[in-house]
Amino acid sequence: MKKKVFLDKKAIDRTLTRITHEILEKNKGCEDLCLIGIRTRGVFLAKRIQEKIKKIEKKELPLGILDITMYRDDLFKIKLPVVKKTDISFDINNKIVLLIDDVMHTGRTIRAAIDALMDLGRPKKIQLAVLVDRGNRELPIHPDFAGIFYAIGAGEEILVKLKENDGKDEVIIVGTQ
Amino acid sequence: MNWTKKDLLEIKDLTKDEILLILETAESFKEISLREIKKVPTLRGKTVITLFYEPSTRTRTSFEIAAKRLSADTINISASTSSFVKGETLKDTGKNLESMKPDVIIIRHSMPGAPHILARTLKSSIINAGDGAHEHPTQALLDLFTIKEKKGKIDGLKIVIIGDIMHSRVARSNIFALKQFDTEIVCCGPATMIPPYIEKLGIAVEYNINRAVKDADVVMMLRIQKERGRISYIPSIREYAILYGLKKAHLEKAKKDVIVMHPGPMNRGVEISDEVADGEYSVILDQVENGVAVRMAILYLLTGREQ
Amino acid sequence: MKILIKKGRVIDPKNNIDEILDVYINGNIIEKIGKNIKEKGVEDFVIDATDHIVAPGFIDVHVHLREPGYEYKETIKTGTMAAAKGGFTSVVCMANTEPVNDNRSITEFIIKKAKLEGSCRVFPCGAITKGLKGEELSEIGDMFDAGIVAISDDGKSVKHSGVLRKALEYSKIFGIPVISHCEDTDLSHGFINEGVASVLSGLDTVPSIAEEIIVQRDIMIAKYVNANIHLTHISTAGSVDIIAREKRNYKYITCDTCPHYFSLTEDATLKFDTNTKVNPPLRSKKDIEAIKEGLKNGIIDIIATDHAPHDLPSKDMEFNLAASGISGLETALALSLTLFHEGVLTLGELVKKFTVNPARLLKLPYGDLSEGNAADVIVFNPYIEWIVDKNTFLSKGKNTPFDGWKLKGKNLLTIVDGKIVYRDGLI
Repeated sequence: MKKKVFLDKKAIDRTLTRITHEILEKNKGCEDLCLIGIRTRGVFLAKRIQEKIKKIEKKELPLGILDITMYRDDLFKIKLPVVKKTDISFDINNKIVLLIDDVMHTGRTIRAAIDALMDLGRPKKIQLAVLVDRGNRELPIHPDFAGIFYAIGAGEEILVKLKENDGKDEVIIVGTQ
Repeated sequence: MNWTKKDLLEIKDLTKDEILLILETAESFKEISLREIKKVPTLRGKTVITLFYEPSTRTRTSFEIAAKRLSADTINISASTSSFVKGETLKDTGKNLESMKPDVIIIRHSMPGAPHILARTLKSSIINAGDGAHEHPTQALLDLFTIKEKKGKIDGLKIVIIGDIMHSRVARSNIFALKQFDTEIVCCGPATMIPPYIEKLGIAVEYNINRAVKDADVVMMLRIQKERGRISYIPSIREYAILYGLKKAHLEKAKKDVIVMHPGPMNRGVEISDEVADGEYSVILDQVENGVAVRMAILYLLTGREQ
Repeated sequence: MKILIKKGRVIDPKNNIDEILDVYINGNIIEKIGKNIKEKGVEDFVIDATDHIVAPGFIDVHVHLREPGYEYKETIKTGTMAAAKGGFTSVVCMANTEPVNDNRSITEFIIKKAKLEGSCRVFPCGAITKGLKGEELSEIGDMFDAGIVAISDDGKSVKHSGVLRKALEYSKIFGIPVISHCEDTDLSHGFINEGVASVLSGLDTVPSIAEEIIVQRDIMIAKYVNANIHLTHISTAGSVDIIAREKRNYKYITCDTCPHYFSLTEDATLKFDTNTKVNPPLRSKKDIEAIKEGLKNGIIDIIATDHAPHDLPSKDMEFNLAASGISGLETALALSLTLFHEGVLTLGELVKKFTVNPARLLKLPYGDLSEGNAADVIVFNPYIEWIVDKNTFLSKGKNTPFDGWKLKGKNLLTIVDGKIVYRDGLI
């Protein structure tokens, strides 16, 4: 099995810094903005973005955790996942909600996340930031902010590892090609 | 840890890991009931039948709310008022219901082992919502959930169960569940209502309520009924209230942060005084609230079990 | 018909025989027992019983044949077929039929039906009281004249001590025993033993004292009026104690137990399998040990089956509502042989509890292999292993908690009155 480091620790940090700037640029600051990370790695990325915004804007944005298990469309077709807590302690009505996840693929996770958010209130806007967009969409959903785009080939897999969860920061491509 | 059981019939059946999985899952479901839109699509397209051979509004409603908050369709059949089951054996009723393709059947029955008959016969998941004096597993699970929530742990606690232990499915299920943890369990009540041989399960028996509640972390009260069949187990409700009714003074002997539980419906002024039922130690309404979350978790795990 | 059974190990406790012998049956009579009986060439069957046991046909003092009234549960025909398969050549059928066997006409019906359709001898047991109600004595004398060998209100105790006293006194006129089902219904209001299992399952209970109090009461009354008392399906350690004590100073006490009381504990009820529901209920491990000890030291004289066949719907329901009883005729021998394999009983002692002792209790001229006796003979092998399959039962009652059990010991041949009524291989 071949393994290639696509982004290392520094590159991930640079990418997140760039995304943060794009978020602030597009929203003309961070008024009404709140961050919601999708379990598991989206939460850690959201925290890092929260930190970066704090440095730039001197403001700590509200941060929530979303578990999308209850909204999955494949729930009874796969091994039953353990439902974890959703923890969003702030009101999302009329807010700009920035959803954050590590990898975007089919779009089904984001569909579930949007549905989950809609049950929690009516945000003014929902935006999406991902570290890696690996293509192969099955639903018409696209990220507003993407760190990198990599259309993976057959037999390839892209893995995001984060220090908080996996002990080190790296994005790697494994596969036969 | 994955859930593999088709049915939830008795706590005796469950491993400690399974109990913990239910409690952990329930924690995630609890938040839904606090939302403005109290509904998630998780069990969309699933059908849940409640089949109650004994009147019970509380448990049935809790199950129904749990199912509905998960978007399942619910049908309630009350056997005492419905002609659906008239003159029919339980097994035939079960088979008839199964023809309508339910995913879960929740049964309450006055006789021990009745849910087991359905479980053996049907492909649907069966949840025991109380079978005679045998078990009431979801009650015990919501009680454990409440204890864990309030105490932060279950291990190391002294739990006192007071009342008609002999005829109580709530007591039995709680005993079996608590025994999976490192707990001290004391049963207290009139000697006529303590099942002989219970000491063999490692349960202490104490007839005196003052001694029983000493240093207790949790006091669980049971609902009292004077008549059981043709035999009277106690001389009068009045005397029971004097000897075993929980009053505030009793709790002074318990731990400072003691909690008082009751599965409901309460006989105020009989097994529990107003000042205790409504007092600072009471977690009775938390039990009801947690009941929905625990039942959501159970419905989720049973319908999504590995097959 | 002439049958020669060769080279079997003949066990005939009454005649103190336990050796390899041949048995010659001529017509309905045991003509000769001896070494190397020569074939005469006119035998209908010559059976090689090498490695097998040849014994007197077993006598079961406690079965329910259900006819008349409950023919969907069992008939005299199917019940006696099951008996023959199990090695029984005589059975005593209890009175709780519909109508109850509390009068001559029912007794005569049973005897007549058994002669026509039965595969073994059937001896009716008459009801002590009319309709088993525990109030008025039945016409015991008239039934005795018609053929009853004992009286019993089996299924319940005679609750009224005065009525039981009258029954015990009255039975002396005819020299028949009163068979007592021991249960104080003021103490028993349930379905399983009171013990750890009932703590676990929440099922209502039949405490051991419910049996023991009546055992003691019935013995005291019998002793007082000097009558024969037989205590049936004894299940508790306390009962064995009381009987042991009382037997020391009163000789007209006998008792039996059933294979399920030394084969299964109350734990078998924990999955709510209604086939484990039986009255008296399955007891604790301690009780099982006491029952085995009682069998070993002779306190318990007889092993009976309490064969209680039921149709499936009567069992296929809630434990509380299901009928009590075990279809026991076809597993009794093998379950009892476990006592031999465990070293509790010798084969001779075991055979005695199925033959001589019940014959003595009921004053029947059977249960031994004396020359000139009616030829009620069985051939069994204590070592053959088989798996219980309720679907192969000849009884209509498939209600057994032993389905799927691997047992050791099998009846191979049953001869009643010189006629082969059951055989499994051998010929």
